[in-house]
Amino acid sequence: MSAPGSLLDLRDLAVSFNTEEGLVQAVDGVSIELRAGEVLAVVGESGSGKSVTATTLMGLTRGPNATIAGSATFEGTELISASDEELRAIRGNRLAMIFQDPMSSLDPVYRVVDQIVEQIQAHRDTRSGEARERAIELLDAVGIPDAAKRADSYPHEFSGGMRQRAMIAMALSLEPSLLIADEPTTALDVTVQAQIIDLLRDLNQRRDLSILLITHDIGVVAEIADRVAVMYAGRIVEQGTIDEIFYEPQHPYTWGLLDSLTRIDRPRPKRLSQIPGMPPSLLAPPRGCHFRPRCPHAFDRCTEVPSLLPRVAAAPGHLDRCWLEPARKQELRQAGDRDALEQPR
Amino acid sequence: MSSAMARFVVRRLLSMLLVLFAVSVVVFLIFNVLPSGDPAVRMAGKIPTETQVEAIREEWGFDEPLYVQYGTMMKQLFSGEMISYFTRQNVSEEIWKGLPRTLSLAIGAAILWMALAIALGLYSALRAGAFSDRVLTVLALVGISMPVFWIGALMSYYLGYKAGIFPNGGYVEFADSPFEWLWHLVLPWTALSILFIGFYSRVLRSDILETMGEDFVRTARAKGLSERRVLLKHVLRNSLIPIVTLWGLDFGAVIAGGAILTESVFDIQGVGQYAADSIKQLDLPPIMAVTMFGAFFIVVFNAMVDIAYAALDPRIRLEGRPSR
Repeated sequence: MSAPGSLLDLRDLAVSFNTEEGLVQAVDGVSIELRAGEVLAVVGESGSGKSVTATTLMGLTRGPNATIAGSATFEGTELISASDEELRAIRGNRLAMIFQDPMSSLDPVYRVVDQIVEQIQAHRDTRSGEARERAIELLDAVGIPDAAKRADSYPHEFSGGMRQRAMIAMALSLEPSLLIADEPTTALDVTVQAQIIDLLRDLNQRRDLSILLITHDIGVVAEIADRVAVMYAGRIVEQGTIDEIFYEPQHPYTWGLLDSLTRIDRPRPKRLSQIPGMPPSLLAPPRGCHFRPRCPHAFDRCTEVPSLLPRVAAAPGHLDRCWLEPARKQELRQAGDRDALEQPR
Repeated sequence: MSSAMARFVVRRLLSMLLVLFAVSVVVFLIFNVLPSGDPAVRMAGKIPTETQVEAIREEWGFDEPLYVQYGTMMKQLFSGEMISYFTRQNVSEEIWKGLPRTLSLAIGAAILWMALAIALGLYSALRAGAFSDRVLTVLALVGISMPVFWIGALMSYYLGYKAGIFPNGGYVEFADSPFEWLWHLVLPWTALSILFIGFYSRVLRSDILETMGEDFVRTARAKGLSERRVLLKHVLRNSLIPIVTLWGLDFGAVIAGGAILTESVFDIQGVGQYAADSIKQLDLPPIMAVTMFGAFFIVVFNAMVDIAYAALDPRIRLEGRPSR
């Protein structure tokens, strides 16, 4: 049962792929809820399962080699068990997605406006002229200058930022309630990144568009997200509000992520820290906590999988998967900060 | 017509003339350095006297300097007065007579091989790795490996001569009997197409598989388009670009000489067969005319492919100037 106000509710979502090397457990029991109107960021490094989670919601990971278990309810519809036809009616309509590389995400042989018109007409019985007007309105709304004229351009005549804007216009064409943005800024220049993030924030605030933002860039998260889920090796290791994650991080992996960031609100360390080791292979993940082999604070109990639970008394919405006592975490965290400042490696 | 287009056409026409000129010079020179290439000796009969040969030489202008001979030949070619050395027939008339036959063969075969290649390529790509795809892979390889003179002869012998289902070679004018025209061309079309079907369907299959992995195909699915629309409008449309290019080039090449073997096997009496007969006799005027005819088609279809390419793929423009 989803709570009121819940737009998207994932329960134990698990996705595995049969590959030549063996079974890859890409997503290993993800449960999270996205409330209407919020921006939920899923952060993690490459291979953490964040993109697979997102594309699975769209039904794009379906295939003979994929096994998808668990539940994902979107506006009351179960996406995982939905037929291809039911899913087709939802995606692009109530649930839209934009992708990492706007350079290759638009079909090179059709005019931008026609690609938007195509989407509108796939879901609504709209005359071409009307759909075209709507498409131009959308392009204008996402900040394409001189939209009426530029609409007839081909994708290669747009810059990267303009293409991502066009992708966003296309995604918005049927006024979806949820936009899944899979690394929307990764392939763009830094200045363009900021513009796209501003646009997304604006859409969230003014159109009440909910956004599921997939990113590895924790800086982007800080700019736009209401809540954050940190993923590591197929699992959510910590989730909470943006303040909880940035100021009271509970999981050693989150500490590592934050420490590998330059921050202007903290004294500058001599050298940016990094998390030792490599993420585990999802063909044969470590027993228990997946971060255990890289965690400097691992102990006996970490060979059991910790559940994603609220462990901080004052913050019931702040969940993490770490066996360490909260008090002990605070000590370690403070000690770690001192180390970074005093004993640069 | 835009000015970019006009410039393109002019540039193309100029380079076409240059290519045709070069081809004619090379053919002419090769013919003149060939041993036993002296046409006067061969025209004079079995045991000619020196005076007879001399007379022929003078009558046909073989005693003139080469560049004069070349000039005369070109003049005759373009005024349609070129005469074969051995049959004494007008060369242009012979080519005009063969042209509808060659075009019937080439156009029909080109449509057949493109249609079947698209159907088989699409089917294979959708069933990639399955048993039916593997069977088609083997068949395509077999098709590519069978020379047209062999498969053509087999078809003509078994289906034409033995079984009597199809006529055993020959050609009937479309105007005389459309049905007979079609019936006579079924075997030649098939024989000529087999190689191309095998080759094109393989190329298309791999292009489709590659395109299916493209980001814009994922976008098309994410838009909620039907699978059919994703396949036809986005995957196939993009995968067809290289195939259509090949198609134009191969079609020109088939008219320009690729059909010689097929025409000979099925006795179609088209331009190709005329070329083959003329080469056997070292008959320069028809060889020159047919070569120019072939070169003309190749160059024209090359230009048409360039134009078609720009239409199919908006990223390619005829000129380096970005369009608005």
